[in-house]
Amino acid sequence: MRIQEHPILGTYQKGELVPFTLDGKTLEGYAGEPIAMALKNAGIMVHRYTKKEHKPRGIFCAIGRCTDCVMVVNGQPNVRTCITPLEAGMDIRTQYGVTAQQPGGKAE
Amino acid sequence: MKRYDMIVIGAGPAGLSAAIEAAKRGMQVVVYDENAKPGGQLFKQIHKFFGSKEHKAKIRGFHIGEELLAEASALGVQVVLNAIVIGLFPEKEITVKIDSHVEHIKGDTILIATGASENMVTFPGWTLPGVIGAGAAQTMMNLHGTLPGKRVLMLGSGNVGLVVSFQLMQAGCEVVALADAAPRVGGYGVHAAKIARCGVPFYLSHTIVSAEGEDCVTGVTIGEVDASWQIIPGTEKHFDVDTICLAVGLSPMSKLCDMAGCAMEDNPGKAGFVPVVNAYGETSIPGIYAAGDVSGIEEASSAMIEGRIAGIAAAARLGFISQEECKAQAAQQEEALSGLRQGMFAPGMRGKKITETEEGVAISENLLRHGFVAEDEIERFPGVTHNIGVHPVIECTQNIPCNPCQDACPKHCIRIGSNITALPSVNPEQRCTGCGMCVASCSGQAIFLVNEDCGDGTAEITLPYEFLPLPEKGNKGIALGRDGKTVCSAEVVQVRSAKAFDCTHLLTMKVPKEFAGKARFFRKEEQA
Repeated sequence: MRIQEHPILGTYQKGELVPFTLDGKTLEGYAGEPIAMALKNAGIMVHRYTKKEHKPRGIFCAIGRCTDCVMVVNGQPNVRTCITPLEAGMDIRTQYGVTAQQPGGKAE
Repeated sequence: MKRYDMIVIGAGPAGLSAAIEAAKRGMQVVVYDENAKPGGQLFKQIHKFFGSKEHKAKIRGFHIGEELLAEASALGVQVVLNAIVIGLFPEKEITVKIDSHVEHIKGDTILIATGASENMVTFPGWTLPGVIGAGAAQTMMNLHGTLPGKRVLMLGSGNVGLVVSFQLMQAGCEVVALADAAPRVGGYGVHAAKIARCGVPFYLSHTIVSAEGEDCVTGVTIGEVDASWQIIPGTEKHFDVDTICLAVGLSPMSKLCDMAGCAMEDNPGKAGFVPVVNAYGETSIPGIYAAGDVSGIEEASSAMIEGRIAGIAAAARLGFISQEECKAQAAQQEEALSGLRQGMFAPGMRGKKITETEEGVAISENLLRHGFVAEDEIERFPGVTHNIGVHPVIECTQNIPCNPCQDACPKHCIRIGSNITALPSVNPEQRCTGCGMCVASCSGQAIFLVNEDCGDGTAEITLPYEFLPLPEKGNKGIALGRDGKTVCSAEVVQVRSAKAFDCTHLLTMKVPKEFAGKARFFRKEEQA
């Protein structure tokens, strides 16, 4: 959810509203904001599933340190979405282990 | 190979301050930072800082960040972003990764100002999306305008946990509870009090039993811990939350110091594994300095001064100033630093139990246990006085290094004296005009203006208000006590906003006069 007006910070400077896809589905976010913020505001909590136990992971540190929020971005796995700026048309995929391919299934 | 007079690693408060001092003295300085934006954590700090004028007290952290950047830029300091220093060698050479290439650079002096990272605590469900660090919450809401969640449980009652809880409420989240395994609130009492009076319940001696949810957090259970930190069966409490925020301390990020071969120590007083440094911040390797959280966890205010001292010392080392100039200039900074290291929260006081203030007043046990000063405790503090007409009531009950209220009062009603940790007292001889400058200047939001008897059976209380929507004159609602519970009905009679108040609005509410000493917060009717 976006904060519309903040008592101390007022309103936030935003880039242009641009489309991107998550697992093929089109969503919108502001260009230049971290991918993770665009996802969070679209209600997406799960960024990836762990390889061995298939456990969900999402934003944890939000400063590029913990690597919990990594996803497959434009085909490249392990991209830290909390510090990678969103660009128009980005192809973002939920990461399973270290790929965009679900165990036992095909890439979405 | 490129060569600089000084290489600074980390563009946070310590690194920028060092770069400024070094550049001022004629040095060619480069600052590397792994992030896309400089300032370290300063731009997430939206509260007013503590200290005195020289520490930039009552200025909000992000404004201090803006000042530092402007100063550094005016002095020609080169700040390179998205640049990760991956190697530091005893010969004072670094390797830095910028985009996809690595550069090898020589510094005649090097300052390590890499800061700290957040500690974590594990419990069943701690890896679920929705469990986040307190720093993550600050990043989301204060940098990116994104609400971390709707209902939040905060774990940790240190200053980070307390400050971020307040910020969560400012952003529009509900903080359902604040828990800490420690038996006493760890941070400043004034930070605790400002969230307690908004109704946030404190659970000390409590920790998280488990986080619940399949794909993300849907709830949390906390429980009371015994003396050996084990959950006491039957004490579990459940909350429906979508976010669990962890604020369980910071650890110095000192790996580069270790890599360079600096002598290191595990120092609990500095909250971790830190380089051994002398009074100038110089490590065991001559010419390599460390400042800020990397050399011991403290506030950003201290980090800035440590950085300045290291910058001055580096200038002397390379002959840009004389040793005598260095001594004199550093001594000035050291005095400012020592001012910040006094009082109940001084680095040397970690873990010590305090029973009375420097003035000999018994401390508020209720504040440490529940986050607010109890009614039978508040009267004993020197800032809490009674008078005819409007007067300040200063609910500042711990010795912390902070004194803006003393300077804020144009009538000199408020006295702290030269010892900046002293509790403020009110001089009843001086006439308060009700200007409210003290209320807005108090970083701890602990000052109220009270007119105990308006002559018509009512009293008026002016309080600091930093939430939206801002109530308006004529709004009816309820007055909350220090404990956040309903005291009586109240009506807003005035809301004052001014540039000098810096986003702290002064809300004046009218209550029946018997509640003058109890009513400390206002909540509008429809929210009640």
